Amino acid sequence: MTLLIAALVTGIGLGSMYGLIALGFQITYSVSSTVNFAQGSVVMLGAVLGYVFTERLAINWMVAYPLAILCCGLFGILVEMLLVRPFVERKSEAWLMATVAGGIFLDNAVLFTFGNEPRSLSSPLAQSAWQFAGTGIYPQQLLIPLAAVGVALALHFLFRKTLQGRALLAVVQNTQAARLMGINTTLMVSGSFAISAMLAGCAGLLIAPLFSVHSDMGTLFGLKAFAVAILGGMTSASGVMLAGFIFGVTEALVTAYLGSSSTYIVVFGLVILALTLKPDGLFGRPAVKKV
Amino acid sequence: MKSTRIFPKVTRRVLLSGVVGLAVLSGLPAFAEDTIKIGLVAALSGQSAKSGEAITRGLTIAIDEINEKGGVLGKPLELVSRDDESNPGKGLVAARELVQREGVAALIGGLDTPVSFAIVPFANQSKVPFVGPWAAGTGITKNGAEENYVFRVSAVDEYVDEAITEYLISNYGSKKPGMILINNPWGESNEKGLLKALEKRGMEHAGIEKFESNDVDVVPQLTRLKENGADGLFVVANVAPTAQVVKSLDRMGWDVPMASHWGPSGGRFTELAGKSGEKLHFIQTYLFNEGDPKGEAMFAKLQETFPEIETMADVTPATGIANAYDAMLLLAAAIDKAGSTDGPAIRQAMYEIENIEGLIKTYTDPFSPEDQDAIAPGDYVFAHFVEGEIIPIKK
Repeated sequence: MTLLIAALVTGIGLGSMYGLIALGFQITYSVSSTVNFAQGSVVMLGAVLGYVFTERLAINWMVAYPLAILCCGLFGILVEMLLVRPFVERKSEAWLMATVAGGIFLDNAVLFTFGNEPRSLSSPLAQSAWQFAGTGIYPQQLLIPLAAVGVALALHFLFRKTLQGRALLAVVQNTQAARLMGINTTLMVSGSFAISAMLAGCAGLLIAPLFSVHSDMGTLFGLKAFAVAILGGMTSASGVMLAGFIFGVTEALVTAYLGSSSTYIVVFGLVILALTLKPDGLFGRPAVKKV
Repeated sequence: MKSTRIFPKVTRRVLLSGVVGLAVLSGLPAFAEDTIKIGLVAALSGQSAKSGEAITRGLTIAIDEINEKGGVLGKPLELVSRDDESNPGKGLVAARELVQREGVAALIGGLDTPVSFAIVPFANQSKVPFVGPWAAGTGITKNGAEENYVFRVSAVDEYVDEAITEYLISNYGSKKPGMILINNPWGESNEKGLLKALEKRGMEHAGIEKFESNDVDVVPQLTRLKENGADGLFVVANVAPTAQVVKSLDRMGWDVPMASHWGPSGGRFTELAGKSGEKLHFIQTYLFNEGDPKGEAMFAKLQETFPEIETMADVTPATGIANAYDAMLLLAAAIDKAGSTDGPAIRQAMYEIENIEGLIKTYTDPFSPEDQDAIAPGDYVFAHFVEGEIIPIKK
C-alpha cells in the first residue's frame, strides 16, 4: 500500500509537469502546425534564470520568477522568428531541425556562461515533507499539479472568453480566412510560441527545487513531454494534460512494481502500443483533410 | 614574355620530398625536445569538471616541485592537457593525439571509468604507461593484457565495495543492506563488487535498485528497498544523482545508515542534498583537514599556485589532488629509474619504485605485475560533508 501511494505521489507530481510542458507543444501545433523542439531547453532556461536572478542577483522571487518566465517567452518569440518562420514561409520542414539545433545551442550557451556544476534553487516549499501513510510529500509537489491545472484553466478562459483568444482559435481553424478578416496571423503564431515557452519556463521553476539546476536538465523532460503531447493527441489541451498524468503515473508504477531497469522499456513500449491502436493519440481527433 | 620563377632551382621533386619530410617529422615524437611531456586526458568541462580541476592542480604542484629540483633525467617535465568531456571516444582520440603527435612519455587520466576503458587497449598496444588518478572501475587495471601498461593511484571499485560493506556491518550491525546504484557501467561494476562482498560473508541483500542520472524522484525505488527490510543502503552515483537519493529519503522520512562510494565528493553535495546530505558517509583516499604537516604544506602550496583557493572548501575533492600528486611522483620516479622515456623501460621501473613519500602514504613496491593498484583497501578513510567541507568520520 505504501508502495502504491509513494508511486502515485511521485507520478502525479512529475506527470503534471510533463503535461505543462506538453501543453506548450499543443498550443503552437494547434495554431501553426509547428512545434518548438527546444522546449526542453526552455525548461532549463526557466530554472537557470530563476537561480541566477534570486541567488546571484538577489532579486526577490516575486519579481525574479515572473521576469524569468517573461525571458522564456521572449526566447520563444525569437525561436519562432528565426528558426521557424523563415522555413515555413518557404514551405520547408527544416524548422524541425532548426529548433532542435536551437535547443542544443541554448544548452551549450548556458553551459558556457552558467557553468557546469549543478546548483540548487531553494524553495521553502521543498524543505520539510508532510508524512503520511509511510511516505511523504513536499508542498512543492502539490504546487505542480495545482499550477498545471490552473494554467490549463487560464488557457481555456483565454481561448473562449477573450477577443485575442478567439482570434487565435480562428487562426487554428482557417489561417487564410482569419487573415482576410483582419486578424494579424503572424502576431498570433508568434504569441503562441511565447505562451508555449512561458509554460516550459514555468515548469522549470516549479521542478528546480525538487531537482538541481544544470544546463542539461531539460533534455529528458522535453523528450518525455513530446511523447506526452503525441499521446494526448496534439489537438486537445485537456487530452494532453490527462496524458501527462497517465504517463507520469505509469512511469512511477512501473518503477515501483517491476523495478527501475524496466521503466523506460515498458513506458515507451506502452506509448508505441497506444499510438498503434490510436494513431491520433488517446484524446485526439483525426485531422480532416478537405479536398 | 619571360616567365620568372621565384626559386629557379627548386624542382617539383625537391618540393615534394620537403612536404613528405615535414609530414613525417610532425607525425613523430620530437626527440630533440628539451622537456619530458606528460599527457593528461580528463574531463575538464561538464559535470566532472571539478574533479578534473583537482587532478590538474595535483599534477601541477608535483611537476613544479620536481622541476624545482632539476626535473627528471636533466629535463623539466611539461604537462599537456586534453579535455575528454567525459566522452570515451573523445578520450581515445585525445590519448592517441598526445602519444602520436605530442610524443608524451606517459599518459595520466581517464576520470570516468568508460573513458579509461576506451584508452586501456590503446595504451597497452602502443606500450605507453597509463596511470589512472581517479576512475575506479576494477577492470581498468585488471585488464587481462599480457604486458599491462595500466597503473592506478586511486580507489578500486572491488576494494571500495569490500570497505563499504565492512563499514555498514561493523558500525551499524547491518544484516540486510539494499543497493541504490546509478544505471551505467560504473553502477554495474559495483553491483558485482558488492554482491561478492556480501557473498563472502554469507549475507543476503534487500534488493538492487537502479536509477538514471536525470531522475527527479527515487522514492519508488527506495520504497521497494524499505519494504524488503533494508537496514542499510549502499549508494553508488555521482554528486547530483546522489543528492536526489538523499532528498527522496528525506521526503520518505526514512532515516537509514548509508555507505557510499566517493561520488558525492566531486561537487557541492550539501547545497544540492540539503542538511541531510551530512548523513551520507563515503570513502576517500585522502583528506586535507587531518592536521598533518604534510597536508598543511600542500595546502599552502596550492594557495600560492592557485590564488582562487581561499578555504579548505575550495580544494574539494582532495582525493583528486592527492591521487594525481602521488601518481606524478611515482611516474617521475619510474622515469628516473628507467633512465629513459621508453615505455617498456618505464613500465619495468614502475615495479621497482622504493620509498617515495606521497601525500596518501609512503610508497615502497606499490606495483607488482599481479596488482597494478597502489592504494589498498586499508588506505581508505570514511568522510562526510559538514557545512560544505569534507570531514573525516570520527571513529
